[in-house]
Amino acid sequence: MERKLTCIICPLGCDLTVKLENNTVLEVSGFTCPRGKAYAETECTNPLRTVTSTVRCSDGSLVSVKTDKPIPKEKMAQCMARINQAVATLPIAIGDVILEDVFGSRIVATQNNTGNA
Amino acid sequence: MRDLVIIGGGPAGMSAAIAAYESGIRDILILERDAQLGGILQQCIHNGFGLHNFGEELTGPEYAWKYEKQVRQLGIERKLNTMVLDLTEDKVITATNSEEGIFQIQAKAVILAMGCRERSKGALNIAGSRPAGIFSAGTAQKFINMKGYLPGKNVVILGSGDIGLIMARRMTLEGAKVHAVCELMPYSGGLARNIAQCLDDFGIELKLSHTVVEIHGKDRVEGVTIAKVDENRKPIAATREYIPCDTLLLSVGLIPENELSKAANVNLCRTTNGAVVDQDRQTSVPGIFACGNVLHVHDLVDFVSQEAEIAGKAAAEYVNQVQEASANIPLTTDGKIRYTVPQVITKKKDVTVYFRVGDIYKNVKINVFDGEKLVLSRKRPKVAPGEMESITIKAEQLEAATQLHFALEVM
Amino acid sequence: MYDVVIIGAGVVGGMIARTLSKYDLQICILEKENDVAMGATKANSAIVHAGFDAHEGSLKARLNVRGSQMMETVCRELGVKYINNGSLVIGFDEDDRATIQALYQRGIENGVAQLRVVDKAALKQLEPNISDNAVCALVAPTGAIVCPYDLTIAAIGNAMDNGAELKCNFSVENIQKTENGYKVFSCNDCVESRFVINCAGLYSDKIAAMIGDDSICVHPRKGEYILLDKECGNLVSHTIFQTPSKMGKGILVSLTVDGNLLLGPTSVDIQDKENKNTSEEGFADILEKAQMSLQAIPGGKAITSFCGLRAVGNTGDFIITAPQKGFIHTAGIESPGLSASPAIAEYVTNMLKDNGLTLTEKAGYNPIRVSSHAFREASMEEKNRMIREEPAYGRIVCRCEGVTEGEILDAIRRNPKATDLDGVKRRTRAQMGRCQGGFCSPYIIELLAAQLQIPYECVTKFGGASTINIGKTKGGQLQ
Repeated sequence: MERKLTCIICPLGCDLTVKLENNTVLEVSGFTCPRGKAYAETECTNPLRTVTSTVRCSDGSLVSVKTDKPIPKEKMAQCMARINQAVATLPIAIGDVILEDVFGSRIVATQNNTGNA
Repeated sequence: MRDLVIIGGGPAGMSAAIAAYESGIRDILILERDAQLGGILQQCIHNGFGLHNFGEELTGPEYAWKYEKQVRQLGIERKLNTMVLDLTEDKVITATNSEEGIFQIQAKAVILAMGCRERSKGALNIAGSRPAGIFSAGTAQKFINMKGYLPGKNVVILGSGDIGLIMARRMTLEGAKVHAVCELMPYSGGLARNIAQCLDDFGIELKLSHTVVEIHGKDRVEGVTIAKVDENRKPIAATREYIPCDTLLLSVGLIPENELSKAANVNLCRTTNGAVVDQDRQTSVPGIFACGNVLHVHDLVDFVSQEAEIAGKAAAEYVNQVQEASANIPLTTDGKIRYTVPQVITKKKDVTVYFRVGDIYKNVKINVFDGEKLVLSRKRPKVAPGEMESITIKAEQLEAATQLHFALEVM
Repeated sequence: MYDVVIIGAGVVGGMIARTLSKYDLQICILEKENDVAMGATKANSAIVHAGFDAHEGSLKARLNVRGSQMMETVCRELGVKYINNGSLVIGFDEDDRATIQALYQRGIENGVAQLRVVDKAALKQLEPNISDNAVCALVAPTGAIVCPYDLTIAAIGNAMDNGAELKCNFSVENIQKTENGYKVFSCNDCVESRFVINCAGLYSDKIAAMIGDDSICVHPRKGEYILLDKECGNLVSHTIFQTPSKMGKGILVSLTVDGNLLLGPTSVDIQDKENKNTSEEGFADILEKAQMSLQAIPGGKAITSFCGLRAVGNTGDFIITAPQKGFIHTAGIESPGLSASPAIAEYVTNMLKDNGLTLTEKAGYNPIRVSSHAFREASMEEKNRMIREEPAYGRIVCRCEGVTEGEILDAIRRNPKATDLDGVKRRTRAQMGRCQGGFCSPYIIELLAAQLQIPYECVTKFGGASTINIGKTKGGQLQ
């Protein structure tokens, strides 16, 4: 079978075509870079997504966060549930780990929050 | 007297400041209206920034921090919570903050980096009532990402600009149900990747050639009526459909914020709604430069930073009175190409010209003519209004040029 | 026990309250909405009519001319912007010329000063952007513009500063006659007063019915408007009316006191007193008809469209009567109600006196209200002095209109206090500019929540169920 995809790796958004047989990728076309080819392969076998959100801090303010690597796409809702329950202790520097081991990734801060704001 | 004052401490202002510093000037001041640097990036917590400039996918705040760190390390002076009220042609800036009150600064050079704003509902004049629950996508983004409040649970989004698409995903992740994204045009104004990862991933329908024709509800939005539009973008009555919802988000375009540019008598371009600039991003007023979304709305922040570096470097040269042989080569477009930045070339050196097209075209050639003469031609597999294109012209190609006309040819 | 209860905090109720606050009286204003000036006062043409429109001898004519004469002083005392820009009625053909001549005669009869009729050349000089098809015009130099809700907020604020009370969210459900006056009930509250004045606008018939008076009938007449960006404010200087004809009263083009251009209104009689919906047809109709007056109307510069409901009575004239002892109606106050409002207040005050209310001037009455534009209009030195005293004046919150945090805090703290986003908007212009609150509303909500000591998510757009946010994210309570 053949699957049409839009590459989400970069803003180019290449139209990709993947030839598949029994969940095995036979051929990818339409990509302009190796990352696009790799995306097509994972997307058809084990689709991954980076999740970005916010975590409530100990003083009630927010800090923006992300998964430091993409997680399985079908785990996004469960990942959000973990993020929603987390409370981050201030002060927080960009890159600080807020949660360990969330579907193979860590939830890290993408913002500084000194707690004085 | 200040050498350089930069109005706006977002990605454009910060890059411009760093570039000016690296070009040798030290007396630089950034005026930022918010409590922190970074501008709108602070609320853009999604990833996708920085692939061009850093080779990695950063979130908005991370991208901003890369530049803020440099601004701090270089010791570039900035005043936060400071709003510029006025700018004159003579480069006198009037600004206010709560510590210093209203004060004036005379600058040798000024860089405009005020960014843009979202088109408001009023500009659209949708029929119906005026209840609570109608927000621009960016306002909803601020409520959710900066304040931690959810503005609604059942959402219809009008306009498929990138912020609208990003907010469709964001609100879904925070527990809201996005019922549809309506786009007036037969194509989306957003990036293809955002349609894939923000709508398709969550089963949100993108209704092309659709618009919201009426808003219902007395106190809070209770629903909207949408309709398909014909080729003249007029709603077709027979296709009216009521969608119950409590929130209408609008993502219908961005407009450069050029009130200060107007105050300083800077010539504006009717297509971009930003200043008319040369290759150095210098406006019609000598010593006033513009970059970033105040100049023209960019699709990627990476290009904003690149453009701001050009402006910052040129502003430093202006302050240092670096003289170069001057030219006056106006750039024009054929309409299929809506505009170029710069709109005029005044120095015969290598220049990258950015432009946007007015429709989706496949397999095209971008031809640059000097009168009848074809100066250069570049092929593109696909061009779309949502994506900025660029083409580099070499100094030698400018040698004999008197004017340059940009035309799109479908092969 | 109050001396006077006023039902309705529109411009008529507000002006009456202010006029009565001069005297030693216990006054209470009852308003069904969350703020004042929420009915017809909120959305109208914002014109102080010269007074040539109403029929000779009518109450409308008399009170319009008198009100128009009083308005400038009232506005000065209340710190409300009043611009005496003059108005024009333009004609396109001989029929129009005859109508204009008749309006001129009527104006003279009504006592309107300085009226004159001009030809095409003189008209072009007055308004260079006027349509080439306009052949003549009636010029009324006493015509003016004012902001109706600014005037009402200021009048009620001044009345409150002089001791009057305001109860918002008090929807009158029932009125009982008592020995000494009346008991006025909402669903959960009651006030008692010797005198009651019905200023309930569209609902004045409903209030009248509560005392058994079925003589009044009021219906809404819908008027849609388009507001254009300030860029367009220099297209005209006068208020420009089209000559009324069989086809209707035409569409006016006017400057507003804030420098925008206002187009409208449409005129459609409807039944539903709550239907303030704008329509695609209305929008198109306004633009089409406004195009007749000016060379070019930049419709693309529209920043908002809105709809107001005029309270049209069943007599053709203002209905200002005392149906029984201690009760006064002001009903059917359609155009020129805003212009007439100071005179209506004077008229009603006299009626109260005739009805037996003793009016003793109060010591310490202050007719002056510090303008809500005080900071905005101050000199730079004065502004800096104010910023030193209150640093919030140095922080711009609304970047489009240049409104400071200090001005917003004033609006929330001063009588009548703003308690919702629209209330802040009407008092300060914050959220009224090009971005329509996109940037500043999240912060204004923060200021409102802090000042009113309510949770962020409880702040509303205009009271009732008009909440902005439905709850906290991250597992917080969602409604």
